[in-house]
Amino acid sequence: MLEVDKDRARHAVQPQHAFLVTLKVNGEEHRLNVDARTTLLDALRDRLHLTGTKKGCGLGQCGACTIIVDGRRVVSCLTLAVMNQGKEITTIEGLANGALHPVQQAFIEHDAFQCGYCTPGQIMSAVGLIQEGRTRSDDEIRENMSGNLCRCGAYTNIVDAIKDAIAHGLDPREAMTQAVEAIAQDAGREA
Amino acid sequence: MYAFTYHKPSSVRQAAAMLAKNEDAKLLAGGHTLLPTMKQRLASPSALIDLGAMPELKGIERKGRSVVIGAMTRHGEVAESAVVREAIPGLAELAELIGDPHVRHRGTIGGSVANNDPSADYPAALLALDATVITNKRKIAADEFFQGLFVTALEEGEIVTKVSFPVAQKAAYAKFRNPASRYALAGVFVAKRGSDVRVAVTGASENGVFRWTAAEEALKARFTAKSLEGMAPSPDGMIGDIHADSAYRAHLVGVMARRAVQAATSR
Amino acid sequence: MTGTGIGAPVRRKEDQRFITGAGRYTDDLSRPGQAHAYFLRSPHAHAKILSIDTAAARAMPGVVAILTGDDLAADKIGGLICGWMIHSKDGSPMKAGPHPALAQGKVRYVGDHVAVVIADTYAQARDAAEAIEVAYEVLPAVVDARAAQKAGAPQVHDVADDNTVFRWHLGDKASTDAAFARAAHVTKIDLVNNRLVPNPMEPRAAVGEYDPGNESYTLFTTSQNPHVARLVLSAFIGVAPEHKLRVIAPDVGGGFGSKIFIYAEETVCVWAARKVGRPVRWTSDRTEAFLSDAHGRDHATHAELAMDENGKIIGLRAQTIANLGAYLSTFSSSVPTYLYAPLLSGSYDIPAIYAEVDGVYTNTAPVDAYRGAGRPEATFVVERLVEVAARELGMDPAKFRKRNYVKRFPHQTPVIMTYDAGDYGASMDKALELADYKGFSRRKRESARRGKLRGIGFSSYIEACGIAPSQAVGSLGAGVGLWESAEVRVNPTGSIEVLTGSHSHGQGHETTFAQLVCDRLGVPIENVIIVHGDTDKVQFGMGTYGSRSGAVGMSAIAKAIDKVIVKGKKVAAHVLEAAEADIEFKDGKFTVAGTDRGVGFADVALQAYIAHKFSGQDLEPGLKEGAFYDPTNFTFPAGVHICELEIDPDTGVTTIERWTAVDDFGVIINPMIVEGQVHGGIAQGVGQALHEGAIYDESGQLVTASFMDYRMPRAADLPSFQVGMTVTPCPSNPLGIKGCGEAGAIAAPAAVMNAITDALGHEDIAMPATPQAVWRAAQKNAAMRVAAE
Repeated sequence: MLEVDKDRARHAVQPQHAFLVTLKVNGEEHRLNVDARTTLLDALRDRLHLTGTKKGCGLGQCGACTIIVDGRRVVSCLTLAVMNQGKEITTIEGLANGALHPVQQAFIEHDAFQCGYCTPGQIMSAVGLIQEGRTRSDDEIRENMSGNLCRCGAYTNIVDAIKDAIAHGLDPREAMTQAVEAIAQDAGREA
Repeated sequence: MYAFTYHKPSSVRQAAAMLAKNEDAKLLAGGHTLLPTMKQRLASPSALIDLGAMPELKGIERKGRSVVIGAMTRHGEVAESAVVREAIPGLAELAELIGDPHVRHRGTIGGSVANNDPSADYPAALLALDATVITNKRKIAADEFFQGLFVTALEEGEIVTKVSFPVAQKAAYAKFRNPASRYALAGVFVAKRGSDVRVAVTGASENGVFRWTAAEEALKARFTAKSLEGMAPSPDGMIGDIHADSAYRAHLVGVMARRAVQAATSR
Repeated sequence: MTGTGIGAPVRRKEDQRFITGAGRYTDDLSRPGQAHAYFLRSPHAHAKILSIDTAAARAMPGVVAILTGDDLAADKIGGLICGWMIHSKDGSPMKAGPHPALAQGKVRYVGDHVAVVIADTYAQARDAAEAIEVAYEVLPAVVDARAAQKAGAPQVHDVADDNTVFRWHLGDKASTDAAFARAAHVTKIDLVNNRLVPNPMEPRAAVGEYDPGNESYTLFTTSQNPHVARLVLSAFIGVAPEHKLRVIAPDVGGGFGSKIFIYAEETVCVWAARKVGRPVRWTSDRTEAFLSDAHGRDHATHAELAMDENGKIIGLRAQTIANLGAYLSTFSSSVPTYLYAPLLSGSYDIPAIYAEVDGVYTNTAPVDAYRGAGRPEATFVVERLVEVAARELGMDPAKFRKRNYVKRFPHQTPVIMTYDAGDYGASMDKALELADYKGFSRRKRESARRGKLRGIGFSSYIEACGIAPSQAVGSLGAGVGLWESAEVRVNPTGSIEVLTGSHSHGQGHETTFAQLVCDRLGVPIENVIIVHGDTDKVQFGMGTYGSRSGAVGMSAIAKAIDKVIVKGKKVAAHVLEAAEADIEFKDGKFTVAGTDRGVGFADVALQAYIAHKFSGQDLEPGLKEGAFYDPTNFTFPAGVHICELEIDPDTGVTTIERWTAVDDFGVIINPMIVEGQVHGGIAQGVGQALHEGAIYDESGQLVTASFMDYRMPRAADLPSFQVGMTVTPCPSNPLGIKGCGEAGAIAAPAAVMNAITDALGHEDIAMPATPQAVWRAAQKNAAMRVAAE
C-alpha cells in the first residue's frame, strides 16, 4: 500500500467534496484522498505518478487515456476516481510482466507507432479488442480501434500488430486473463 | 469542473430521496455526456448521484413477448446480449453502432434515453419498437416519453429504471454517422409487428426523434425497401450544421430508411 | 550493410519506453513546488480591451499571481517574432503588426491570450480566470482572406492596409504571359487549400523554472527545435539571457510543424517563473490546442496552365491569397512564399512560371508550417492543373505527365530550384504496375454494376527538403541559417554519444542516427546513444522540420564521424607503431595496410584517453569531434501516388480502395521507419482531402474546436498501402539522403481529389470532400448524365 501523496494532499479539499478512495491499480491497492472532481486519469497521473496513461483531449474523444477497468477498455478521463472504488484497474505500466505483453511486442515488430503518445492507449485498447474477440477481419479491427486517434497515422501497422499478436498464440479470450494474472502474480510477490 | 458533492446510493429509493434533497443534483449513469459537459463548465450540478451501485438497475431479461433492459445496462452489454440478439437483433445492432467501444463500455441505455439527445441512437429504437420506459414512479409509452430536444416526460425526482421492448417480427436500424462525432446524422429504426409498421428517425430533426408516418404508411402497404423508393421527409425542420445541411439530412433519412427495411427483410 | 547498418529495418531503440508507458513527455514531469498557469483567452475574434479587473480573481483560493500584457510591457518583454522577412513586389518589407505574448489593448482572434492566472492547482487557476472582469469593445471581425482585402473590411493591424502583409511574386511575368499568348490550350482552375488544425496527440505544454542562485532559467517545452526556441526567447523576446536559459524538449508527442514555433504560453511560463518564484507549468487542453496552435494551409488560388499543340506544357501562372491569421507566427511568412512558389514547376519541364502571393491578416489563429508547409499547397495546384489539362486534352493522365516530366538533371526551373537528380518516369512506371492501372476500367465497370462510382487519381509530386543552404535562404529573407550540428563523443570504453541539433518527435532518430554510427564505425548499436533536445547538453542546432534531419542532421553526424576516424587513425598509428598514412579503418578496426596488424575501435578509444602511447604535446588526447554541416542544395524527393476510390452516390461516402505510393527518397537508412513516415503522411493528406477543415463562422468563432466537429482520420478510414521505392541517390549530401517525412502529406490530397473528380466526371468539388460535398457533386453528375442522354 502506498502513502497518500502529502505534497498534493495539502491542497485544501473542501470536506464535503473529499473522499477517501481505494484504487486497485495493476494489482496494488492505493488509498487516496481525492476531490470528487478528480478523474481517474488525473488520479493515476498526478497522484499515483503513473504517467504512462496520456491525456489527449480530456473529453473522451481521442482514446489516449484508455485503460482497462474490470476487463473492459474505457477512457479514464470520463470517469471519476470515486466511481472506481474497488475496481480492477489495469494501466500500461501493469501490462508487461518481466517480458513484454504480446501486444507490446507486436507493436515494436510492426512499427505500430511513431511519437508514442497515443501508444499506451492504443495498446490497452488493442488488448481489450482482442479480449472482446472483435478481430475477425481487418475491417472489424479497424472499426473497433476507431476510438483511438493516432495523428502519426500508424493505423495500418497497428492493424498488422494486432493480427500478429493474435497469430502468435495470443488467444483472444486469454489476452485479458493473461494480463490480469500477471498483475496478480506481481501483487502476490510484493505482498 | 466546478465543485460538487458525490453520492453513491445503493437503491433507487435512496437515489430518489437524494434527488429530492439536493437542488440541482444530477444523476450520473455512464457519465459520457454529463462529465464532458461539466468539464467544459457548461453544467454545474451541485451534486452527482451515481447510479452505479444498484443491482436492480442492471440486467437484460426476456419477459413474455418483451425484452426488458435495466437502465444502467451498458451499450456493449446490449450489443453482446444473447437475449437481445435472439429476440430483437436490430436493437443489438443499434447498440453496436453507438460511439466507439470505449463509449459502449460506459454509456447506458437509461442515460441515453433520459438525456434524449437529438442525435442519440436509442430513442429511435424505443419509438419504433413502441417501447415502454419504466421509472421509479410509473410506466411511460415511448410516444409520450420523447417530447423534443433534450426534453422528456420525466418529472422532477423521477428515475428511469428499465426499458421494456416488445419483440417485433422484423426490425432493423440503419445509421449514417456524423463523420466526426459518430453520433447519428440520420438514424432510422424500422419495426414491423403484425400489420403495424413504425419508422422512427433520430439525428435529423430539430425536434429530436420522430416517427416518419409517410414511410410507415408506405411500408404498411408492402414491407419492402421498394415501397420507400424516392421518398424522403421534408427538409423543413431538419437540423442543418457543418456536416449536413437540412436537404442532405432529409435525403439521408430516405436512404437509411430503405437500408433499414432491406436489413429487416433480409434476415 | 550490416544487420544494424544503413538500409536495415532495425526495430526502434526508443520503442521500449513508449510501449511500457515510460516515455517522458513534458506534462509527465512534476517539478517541486510547481504552480499551474491558466490562460484567460479572448472569447471575441476582434475587440478592444477597455479594462481588465483582476481584484476579485486575485482573492480567490490558491491564486499566486495574475499577469497581463501591461506587466509584460512593464518588464520590457518583447513580442513574438516572425523570423523570415518577405519583401513585396514593390520592394517594401512585409507589414508585421505587434504580437505580444499577452494582449496589449486589443485581441485579434478567439483564443488570443488576455491574461494568465497562476495558482496552486490547475482548477484554482481556472476558477480564478472566470472571476477576471474584462471589458471589451467588440469590433467587427473578418475571417476570410479574400474578404479581408476588400475595402471597408475590419482592419486587424493598423500597420497593414487592406490587411495585406505582403504582395509577393516570383518568376518572370513577361515570358509567362508570352507563353500563354501562344498556347494552343489553356487550362484554368480555382482551388481552395483548406485550413487544417495540426492536432498532435500530445497537446503543447511548458514548464518554466527560475533558479535565483544562478540567476538561470529552465524551460521544459514541447518543441521541435529547442535551440531556436532559446535563441528567440533570449535574443528577440528577451525573457532570459541565452547562456542562462536551458531549454529541454523531452519526448515530444508529435509536432507536424506546429511545435516549431515559439508561442506565447512558453514565453509566459519562463517569465512568470521568476516573478512568482516557483516553477510555472501549463498544459494545453484540446480546446486551447484547436484555438491557439498555429494552423496550416488556408490558400485560395487561381491557376492556369498553358500547353502547345503537342500537349507540352509551356507555362504556368498562379495567384494565391494566403490567410496568415491574426499574427505572424515564427515562420509563417516563408510558407506561402519561398516554400510554395518554387515548387510550382512540380516534376515538369515548364519553361515559364509566374506566381503572385498575397499574405493576409484575418481574425483567425495564426497560420504557419504544417507537415509539408507550402509544398502540399504547390503540389495540389500543379497536380490538379495537370490532371484537368490531361482530361481537357483527352490524354491519359499518366502519359500526359510522362510527356512533360523533367528528364535531364541537373534541371534549372524558372522558380529558383535546381533539381539535382531523379527519375520520375521510373516512379510512374512502377506505380502504374503496382496499381494495376490496366485493370482499372474493369474495376470501374464492376463498381458501376453495384451502383458505385469508381475513380482513379494521380499525384506526381516533388518536394524541396533538406532545408536548406544557409546562404541561399539568407538571401531570400530567412533570419537564421539552416545548417545542422553534431558532436560525436567516443567514450574511453568505446561507447558513443552522438549529440545532434535535430530533434525527434516520432521520427525514430535514436535508431536511424545510431544506424549511421554503426555503419561507419562498426560498433554495436547498443553502444550508441543519440542525445537531443537539451540545450545544456547539445551544441547549438537547428531542429527538425522540412524533412531535414536525415539529409542535413545525419550529414553533420557523418562529417563528425569522418573526423573521429581521422583522429582515430592518428592514435592507431602510435599504438601500432606505423605511419599514419598506412593506417586503414574498416569494419570497426584500424589496421596497417598490407599487414594483419590491427587494433579495434574500442582499444583506440581507450588509448586516445589514457594517452600512454603518444605524447600529449604531439597529439591531443581524447576522441570527440564536432561538425556543422551546411547543405549545398535542397534535396528533391519525388514520387507518384495513385489513389483509387469508390463513391456511394446515395450517401456521398467515399471509400479509398487502393493506394499505391512509389517514392524516391534517395538512400534509405531504415526502410521500416521510412514506410511508417509514408503511411502517416498519406493519413494526413487523406485527412485534408476527405475529412478535415477548420471552419470559422462569420463572427470569428471556431466552429470546429473539438474532435466532435473536426473530423480526424481514424483507423477505419484508411486502407493498407502499397508502398514501393525507387532510388536515385541525392548528389547534394554525403549520404545520398533526400528526406521522407512530408511526402505522403504532400502527395495525397491531389491524388484523392483527382480520383474523386475522375469518379464524378466533373471538377466542381473542393476539399474536404465530405460525404455531403460528394453527394451534392454526385447529384450534379447525375444531372449532367441525364442532360447528356
